[in-house]
Amino acid sequence: MDETVRERIVKLTNSKRVVLFMKGSKMFPQCGFSAQVVGILKESGVDFDTHNILSDQELRQGLKEISNWPTYPQLYVDGKLVGGCDIVTELHETGQLAEILSP
Amino acid sequence: MIEPEQVIVRLRGAFPDADIQLDDLTGTKDHYQARIVSQAFSGKSPVAQHQLVYAALAEEMKGPIHALALKTYTPETWAKLEKK
Repeated sequence: MDETVRERIVKLTNSKRVVLFMKGSKMFPQCGFSAQVVGILKESGVDFDTHNILSDQELRQGLKEISNWPTYPQLYVDGKLVGGCDIVTELHETGQLAEILSP
Repeated sequence: MIEPEQVIVRLRGAFPDADIQLDDLTGTKDHYQARIVSQAFSGKSPVAQHQLVYAALAEEMKGPIHALALKTYTPETWAKLEKK
């Protein structure tokens, strides 16, 4: 991967404390799994950014490599990958997500 | 699309000790759900556990498998859950 591309993507993972890379947007998720994570984050009341990987092919491919994670959505907190839909849902159900999201 | 047997062979190769439950969620052989119980996950974060599974299915995740819902457990955690 081109170094400037990598830098751009790493910057995006830090665009806010909580960042969701997803299919579609916060307002219009285009995949059930992305919608589920948006729902959980909204419920938690945390302020979060979303980036639509469907409209950015460079990001879509590049982040898979950087994260070592082949699917979307991907939730980043403090610049680190927390997980995809399954992990976020499980962390939410066990109450651990609130801990991770709290500053 | 990929036959469930092929997915299980891949997973079995990476996690020889595993108890594997694989379901075809849509009947179309490309949306799967896997529950994997293996010692290989012990001491690893959820992200690291799923990364191990994705690594085992690296080629399959590039096309044949469109979606993979994952639940990974160590034998100890799974035993506790089963008792509940």
